Amino acid sequence: MTQNQITRNPGTEINLDWINNIQANTSATERRAATLGARRSIKKDHQAAWLIKAISLIDLTTLAGDDTEQRVRRLCAKAKNPLRQDLKEALGIGDMNLTTGAVCVYHDMLATAHKALEGTDIHLAAVSTGFPAGLTPHELKVAEIKASVKAGADEIDVVITRKHVFKQDWQALYDEVREYREACGDAHLKTILATGELATLRNVAKASMVCMMAGADFIKTSTGKESVNATLPVSLTMIRQIRDYLHLTGYKVGYKPAGGISKAKDALVYLSMMKEELGDEWLEPELFRFGASSLLGDIERQLEHHVTGHYSAAHRHAIG
Amino acid sequence: MNIKEILKTMDYGTAPESQTAANEWLKQSPFGHFINNKWVKGDNHFDSINPATGKKLAQISQADNVVVNKAVKAAEQAAPKWQALSGHERAKYLYALARLIQKNSRILSVLETLDNGKPIRESRDIDIPLAARHFYHHAGWAQLLDSELPDHKALGVVGQVIPWNFPMLMMAWKIAPAIATGNTVVLKPAEQTSLTALYFAELCQQANLPEGVVNIVTGDGRVGEAIVNHKDIQKIAFTGSTAVGRKIREATAGSGKKLSLELGGKSAFIVCEDADLDAAVEGVVDAIWFNQGEVCCAGSRLLIQESVAERFEQKLQERMTKLRIGDPLDKSTDVGAIVNKEQHQKITEMVNTGVKQGARILQAPCELPKAGYFYPPTLLADVAPGDLVVQEEIFGPVLVGMTYRTPAEAVDLANNSRYGLAATIWSENINLALHLAPQMQAGVVWINCANQFDAAAGFGGVKESGFGREGGFEGLFEYLKPSDFSAKKSAQKANKASGESIATDAMDRTAKMYIGGKQVRPDGGYSYPVLNAKGTTITQAGLGNRKDVRNAVEAAANAKQWSKMTAYQRQQVMYFIAENLSLRTDEFIDRLKDFGHSPGAAKKEVEQSIERLNYYAAWCDKFDGRVHAVPMRAVAMAMHEPIGVIGIACPAENPLLSFVSLMAPALAMGNRVVMLADEAFPLPALDLYQVINTSDVPAGTVNILSGRHEDMLKTLAGHLNLDALWYFGDQAGATLVEQESALNLKRTWTHTEAKDWTSVKARGKTFLRHSVEVKNIWTPYGE
Repeated sequence: MTQNQITRNPGTEINLDWINNIQANTSATERRAATLGARRSIKKDHQAAWLIKAISLIDLTTLAGDDTEQRVRRLCAKAKNPLRQDLKEALGIGDMNLTTGAVCVYHDMLATAHKALEGTDIHLAAVSTGFPAGLTPHELKVAEIKASVKAGADEIDVVITRKHVFKQDWQALYDEVREYREACGDAHLKTILATGELATLRNVAKASMVCMMAGADFIKTSTGKESVNATLPVSLTMIRQIRDYLHLTGYKVGYKPAGGISKAKDALVYLSMMKEELGDEWLEPELFRFGASSLLGDIERQLEHHVTGHYSAAHRHAIG
Repeated sequence: MNIKEILKTMDYGTAPESQTAANEWLKQSPFGHFINNKWVKGDNHFDSINPATGKKLAQISQADNVVVNKAVKAAEQAAPKWQALSGHERAKYLYALARLIQKNSRILSVLETLDNGKPIRESRDIDIPLAARHFYHHAGWAQLLDSELPDHKALGVVGQVIPWNFPMLMMAWKIAPAIATGNTVVLKPAEQTSLTALYFAELCQQANLPEGVVNIVTGDGRVGEAIVNHKDIQKIAFTGSTAVGRKIREATAGSGKKLSLELGGKSAFIVCEDADLDAAVEGVVDAIWFNQGEVCCAGSRLLIQESVAERFEQKLQERMTKLRIGDPLDKSTDVGAIVNKEQHQKITEMVNTGVKQGARILQAPCELPKAGYFYPPTLLADVAPGDLVVQEEIFGPVLVGMTYRTPAEAVDLANNSRYGLAATIWSENINLALHLAPQMQAGVVWINCANQFDAAAGFGGVKESGFGREGGFEGLFEYLKPSDFSAKKSAQKANKASGESIATDAMDRTAKMYIGGKQVRPDGGYSYPVLNAKGTTITQAGLGNRKDVRNAVEAAANAKQWSKMTAYQRQQVMYFIAENLSLRTDEFIDRLKDFGHSPGAAKKEVEQSIERLNYYAAWCDKFDGRVHAVPMRAVAMAMHEPIGVIGIACPAENPLLSFVSLMAPALAMGNRVVMLADEAFPLPALDLYQVINTSDVPAGTVNILSGRHEDMLKTLAGHLNLDALWYFGDQAGATLVEQESALNLKRTWTHTEAKDWTSVKARGKTFLRHSVEVKNIWTPYGE
């Protein structure tokens, strides 16, 4: 797989004219989203391959108040060995170093996870900046990022201040994200828009563009804690902005839908959407991640079915 | 390819839909015809070809006249009973057919894709579900017909000829409303794509449809011709090319057959600078790369506002690289095969011509299958309005692109076409979108969407895209006739001037004509005597000629103000006309006494004329459109728009009342009119200009000509800037009107029997319906 071939997005000056002219037609976006699943069909070995690909793109996540070190160690073990070895053999990828893209935890669990992932290529992501509401004091948010980077996180998932969006105060949003980017240093910055709270696709589109201008490496839909998380229309809206940003600046920004993607079939639709709208580069972990906790289980079951012809059961696969 | 390799390429692989069941069914080939719910053995078989492979699918029979006669006979015999069934009973059959289409949806989809070459995704997700939807919707109309359209009756036997681009869907569009309203049907599918119609025949058997209600005969244009010319058929419904539609109009001229034509198009696709450009790009995909662009309403003329043209083209070009062209049965195919070799050739030639004329060609960089007839999605940019590829329908996946500067220029370019089927507008500004939509000369307008169809919304064109609507409430009238108001035979009066024409003398006693708001003398300088009932010359009237017709149509065409006024303003003017007429009651009574009316009859006619003006004034702001309940989050407005300029050749009966009864509904709906006054006794009509002149009617709105109808009719019927022509007169005149109207496919409404203008049936919604075009404007909403 291609590693580190993507030039990091350094961000640009804020271009308010550009942002104010962004359009997003909800009905048309929904119509396109509704046909995505019907326009491409991926069957048999191709489906198996695409599902294996999907595993490599998962940010295996636990973000619960009752997380413990043991729980996080278990998650990391799953990230390192996401698929049963006998299934890998049967699929002809026995020798492949298949891992998830990253493990994603709260700051408190970083040390444990960092240790558990030592010696692997698996990225370690921390949610930050007063996740999930993002209403802690600004200086604490910046400090939190720095602390997480110090604790071993090489990816920081920040939440944006939603009120900036509602006030259409793009300068404030830009300044905030810009500071987060600086605080990240070499760690990659994923900006969570909490799209379920932004109310309109137009807001989603504009906030996406501001975050990219401010230097986001990834734009991400949701914390997983909003009542509506990743959806196809929201995803289309965001990745179209990624495409425009690429045209505008030449920089490629990654996309991470998070929350609500729990079926292998849904993952295939998301991947075909990325391939259709942005191209094959967005099928690699440098530019695409699923923020998901239960998706992996369904993929494992589907792959076992592909190998054996029998519908599988959850208890046949190790839990994370 | 093993999984490791796939992981490198991340290809989709293949996902072909199974054709096993379809192949099994096709073993019945060679096919015959379906008459009286039975298969009639056919002969003169020809091959039905799968355009994706070039291989034979089945053998279809070429019907001869004997077969067509047999089918018409069957339909004729079935008609009375079918019509006599209660709406509820008929609804049950339509409902059963809808269910059967759904139950057999997969095999129908596969057959459609094999036969036509369209992607299985489209036949599976669009064609077949919509076909079922049409039967469900019209099952409902069958049920509601008695209560919603009393005083309307079925026509009898309907002949239907459909094209190859949406074989099953077009069949449903035709058959469902026809049989819902109590007609029986003889349908001919296109010879390239007969299979789903033949499968549908089996569903008719399974639904236990009464014998003869639906008859299906197969074959090429000769069979269509036999249907079109059949004397026992009361209506022809045709979907296809404008050239064939024109021939059908000519062939049926004077036959008394009702006609609806859904023809070609060159529909504009307007992208405003404030559009969601990514959404508009998908709109283009839906508009021109849906069904290989073989769509009559395809948005094939792209008009982009200059300020976003470059960005839009870049996006469009990128999108083209993602289109997958190939095996139509593969579930991941976007664009399938062109229907046959001839069509493929035609597209190739037209594109070559376009490039020769200076177009910049952009094509999807895709590899085409070696076998079969495939054509890559194509954009011809930098074209000019006069280029062949801009003017003519290509009927393939080819889009032509131009830019515009202002909304007004977009309107000019969009309407710069002989066609008028559909238009698409992309803008995030509701003011702009709803500013443009009414100005589009088209039967359907899609705002921020493209190629949306539903049984609840009417579909059909204006100008040379044909006439009539399919679907929706408005579509029902194509298959119904309103109750008649013919006069008793004895009342028939010759509408011919008598006496020689004479040069106008200096001491002018000639009743003048009225053109462009002015009294004018006839261009030719001749007049003719007008006789009273006793045969005495009482005055002379101008003898209009072709130049007077030209001048009148031009005046009417330029008098756009009337059509732009609000209904309330038009209403005020019409009340004013009525008021001014009532002031001159005595004068008009005297005129009508000359005509031969008794004083009582004369008084009654003037009073009824005043009443009728008031009646249509009342309708001005009430005969409004509908909002159709389409199955999506959208407002689908069926707007009533004026047709434009209507020519009206008035009858001999009741020279004032008939004139007013025809002029008033046309005016009420915002049309301008060119009236040919009653030939023998034009005086009340000519007198009326003084009333009109003093009633705030904008100049050119009403134009009144006198003279011999046969001198003027041909010019009027053949005038390419006249939008409709109503004719009341003899058979020869009706034939002439319908024949000449074929040139620009103007709407005609002809009558060869004398009417009872005093009847309450001589007024009403039928007149208003003939005075409007129904434009369906689809506006999805949601933020």
